[in-house]
This record gives sequence, C-alpha cells and structure tokens, in this order.
Amino acid sequence: MNGFFDIPSDLQHSYLGLIGLHLREALLPVLAGLLLALPLAQLCVRFRWLYPPVLGVTTVLYAIPSLAFFVVLIDYTGQTELTVMIPLAVYSLVVLVPAIVDGVRSVPQETLAAATAMGFGPVRRYVQVQLPIAVPAIIAGLRVATVSSISLVSVGTLIGNQGALGNLLADAMFYHRPVLAVNSVVTTAFLAIVMDALLVLVRVLLTPWMPRGTRKRPKAAGAPEPAAPALEDAVR
Amino acid sequence: MAVDRLSLEIPDRSITVLVGPSGCGKTTTLRMINRMVEPSEGTILLDGVDIQKQPVNTLRRSMGYVIQNAGLFQHRTIIDNIATVPRMLGWGKEKARERARELMERVGLDASLAKRYPYQLSGGQQQRVGVARALAADPPVLLMDEPFSAVDPVVRKGLQDELLRIQEELGKTIVFVTHDIDEAIKLGTMVAVMRTGGKLAQFAPPDELLSAPADAFVEDFLGTDRGIRRLSFFASAGLELKTAPVVAVDATAEQIAAVSTPDVPYLLVTDPEGKPLGWSEPDDLTPGDVVTERLLPYGRPFEHGEESLRAALDGAVLSPTGWAVAVDGTGRVVGVVSQQTIGEAIRSAHAEGHRAGHQTGHHTGRRTDEKVAG
Repeated sequence: MNGFFDIPSDLQHSYLGLIGLHLREALLPVLAGLLLALPLAQLCVRFRWLYPPVLGVTTVLYAIPSLAFFVVLIDYTGQTELTVMIPLAVYSLVVLVPAIVDGVRSVPQETLAAATAMGFGPVRRYVQVQLPIAVPAIIAGLRVATVSSISLVSVGTLIGNQGALGNLLADAMFYHRPVLAVNSVVTTAFLAIVMDALLVLVRVLLTPWMPRGTRKRPKAAGAPEPAAPALEDAVR
Repeated sequence: MAVDRLSLEIPDRSITVLVGPSGCGKTTTLRMINRMVEPSEGTILLDGVDIQKQPVNTLRRSMGYVIQNAGLFQHRTIIDNIATVPRMLGWGKEKARERARELMERVGLDASLAKRYPYQLSGGQQQRVGVARALAADPPVLLMDEPFSAVDPVVRKGLQDELLRIQEELGKTIVFVTHDIDEAIKLGTMVAVMRTGGKLAQFAPPDELLSAPADAFVEDFLGTDRGIRRLSFFASAGLELKTAPVVAVDATAEQIAAVSTPDVPYLLVTDPEGKPLGWSEPDDLTPGDVVTERLLPYGRPFEHGEESLRAALDGAVLSPTGWAVAVDGTGRVVGVVSQQTIGEAIRSAHAEGHRAGHQTGHHTGRRTDEKVAG
C-alpha cells in the first residue's frame, strides 16, 4: 500500500475518483462564473460608467484570501464542496468580466454599424454578432480562470478534506509518504494542462473564421499568463 | 449642429452623390435616411411617406447599406454574409444562399469564394461582398457611405466602373457619400455639394457643377482643372477626323507622296494591321525602310465615339506633334485630329451646352425628400 497511485483510505476515494472530484470542484465554479460574467459584462458594455466600479469590486474580491472566505462561508454552507466552490466562482470573475468586455468591445465599429443598418435589433446583434466575435477573448479568459481554479481547489483540504487532489498533500504529511505530495502536484498540473488544451481545441473549432498562424490570445483580454495566478495561488 | 435645414429631392433610380469636406454632415444626412441618426426637426419622405411611419428595422431592411471597409461579419462565410438580410426576412436557407450566389456573380466575385471567410479576401473583394450584401434583398434604395475610400486607386476605379454597370442593370435609387469630388463627378447623376455645418452649397448634375459652380466654396472644392474635367461630358463622336495623313509602315514612295499635302506637317505610321506606331515628317520617311525607333510618340490614342473630348485633348497634348490619334474598339487607327479641331469641337460643345443648360435637373418618379433642421 505504498505505490504512487495507492490513495489512503481516509480520503474515501480512488485515484480516479479524486480526479473526478477535483474537476467538478474546479470547473463548476468557472461555469457559474461565466454565467454570471456574461450579463455583467454586457451591462458594463452597455453602460460604460459601470465598468470601472465592477472591475474594482471583482479585484477587491479576488484579493480576499480563500481562507478568509471559508471562515465566513462555513457558518452558512458548512464544511462542504460548496464552501470551496463559491470563492472559486467569485475569483473567476476578475478574469472573465474584463475578457468578455474587451472581446465585445473589440468588434469593429463598421461591423456594428453595418449590423444596425441591416436591421439587427440590440438583442439579435449581441447574440449573432458581438458574442461570436468575442469568442476568442472569452476563451482566453476561460483558460486563465480554469487553470487558476484547478490549482486553487487544493486549499479546500483545510475545511474538512474538501480539497480533492489537494487532500493528498495533507496525507503526505500525516503518513510520511512524500510520494503522495508528488502525485498531488503532478496530477493537478496534468489536469490543468489537459483542460487548457481542450479549451484551445474548443476555440479552434468555434472560430474557423480567424486567420491561421495568428491565433493569439487578443492582448486586449488583459489576462495574466496562466502560470502567474497558479504561482500566486500556491502562496495563498 | 451637424445638418442644418437641408432640403434635398433625391431622384428615383439614379445615383445622387453627397460630397463635401469632412465634418460637413454628409454621413449624418445619409444615416438620417435609414434612421441611424434621428433628425431633431423636419421630415424625410420616401415616395411621399414619412419614414417615421414604419418600424425602424423594417425600414432598414428595405434599404441596402454599404460602408467603408465593408463592415463584413468576420465570423460568417462570404455567402452567409450576403444572405444575412434575406435570412432575417424569413427566407429559407437554400433560397437565401441561391440568391447570394447569384449576387456574387453580379458583383464579379468568383463562386469559389463562397465558403471563404472575410479575412481571406482582399480589400476590393471585401467591398464587392459589401455591395452584394446590400443588394441581397433587392431593396429599392441603396445607401453608400464612402464605400470605396479605403481601397487603392486602381481597385477603386474598378469598383466604380462596376457600380455604374450594376446600376445600369438594376436601376436602384442610390445615395452615395464621398469626400472625393472626382468620384462624385464620375458616379453622380446629381451631386449635392455640402459645406461645413450641414448646409447645401449646390445641387446639380456634375457637368453643370463644373461649368457653373454656385459660389467660391464650390469652385474651390472642385479644384483647379474643372474646365478640363468637364470635357469628360462632351462626346468625341462629333470630331471631324482626317484619314489622309496615315500610311502603313510598308508604304511605297508613291503612297507617301500621295498623302503628303502642305496642310499636314506630319504623317502617322501604322503597322500592317492598322495599329499606330508613331509620327514622322513626310521628308524623313524612307519607303520600305522605316526606323520605328525614330518615329515621334503618338501619345495615348482615344476611342472615337466611345471616349470623351477630354481623352481626345489628352492624346493631342501628349504627342509632340499636337495631333491626337483616333482608334476603333480594336485599336486600329480610324483617323487623326489636330488640337485646333478639338478646340473648335470644345467651343461648339460649349455653345450647345449653353442652349441645353436649362433642360437638366428634370426628374420624375419616386422621390426621397429630405427636409431637416437641427
């Protein structure tokens, strides 16, 4: 019972079970964040004055350490997955809102004027023109949010073993099995890389209209490189 | 105030050009027609009906709109870009695409471009897609906002010619905005020159604009060589050509002597097929041994009857001999004409234009009246 993939029984999960749990805890918050960010970003585009305060609030929320979040949330949601996922969803907003706002704003003026002149109403224009053209920027934001979220889930260990793969870090100390820590780190990194690659694939499939060879993340997305938040999160 | 008490009557089935310096309100005026800008006062009538009386998106779908840089939907294929308005009007997918394919042909786009995306097309091709997209639902009115400003001069000339050809086939009521007076004169049936503050300086057919600018502003805006440019409106068909002073390169001494008369200082030498080679003084021609390199240049030949007096005069001043060469559609010489003869033709065209001057500006049919105050 000392192999790389032998998971201590106190975690009540197999290796694959932990991976599934980890992905659920990491991805559901990003999805929730996206659903929240889309209307929020549209409001910011529509009412320009709203954008700076929204940006300010999301940044301040991002600055709250997850531990502090947990302490507050435990009173309401207990030592559950939900307590881990709520902060993660909130954190994702700091990346997703600017990504969507910049993406939607990057639609050329003449394209918008042409759409209006052809008789597109505001809703149709948003759904059929602005949103599809913003897809590259939105996916760029999703990549950062997803990778960051996958790395952050581990903190859940601190509130009743809700950290999925992160729980292996604690067990590595309890059972003096450093290999468990290596497993945790390597698997988490692997998940992050796979999810990032999947998102790139989704973007390629969704945007056949983008010039090849220049498939770069629009700099307008203003998102830090995925590695940066990951490192930062490790410090939390 | 962008546009001030502008009153224009836009004739049906013709191209009306709004031209003026930047900030003169020409784009604002255009956008008022499809209600992208709402006038603070006044009314715009289309066929005698106030455009405010119908839902704004219904109005817009009944007017084609072409814009600088085309404004194509970068995320849709060319064929789907063109099919946009028909699809919105509830056409079936296949019918809309069928129509789009038809329009691609009409605007001179290869059918193989149908499944491409806008980034794969050149600027000129994108602009053609823009025109096709505007025509897709066969709207009676076409609004064009500096559509050809962003392409290079050669492509622009091609697009302008294409627009004139399409207009000849379709007979739309086109309102065209530009800051380029040459484009306005080339395309416009009627030209409205606007000055800063959205005031109308002059509304006239292009040749009247060139011959009788309303004031110093219009005159200044037209530029320096409006006299020469106005010659584009005079046909060269009336020019009396001389056919005598033309010899083939293999002419004999007798043939050269026969055409050499005191009133023709130069002879035009042609190749055996009748295409011009160059000018020569009769005495310099050695029969059977003409050195083509030593012939004087013949300038640019003009197509007799097709091209204007401007082209004829241009040909005459280009050649050091002062004579212009007239050719037919295949490039064969049909005669030559001197600067003096062209000058006389210009004078008589002026006299005729003066008599007919009061006939222009008469139009019937649908009118788009604009009365706007700010």
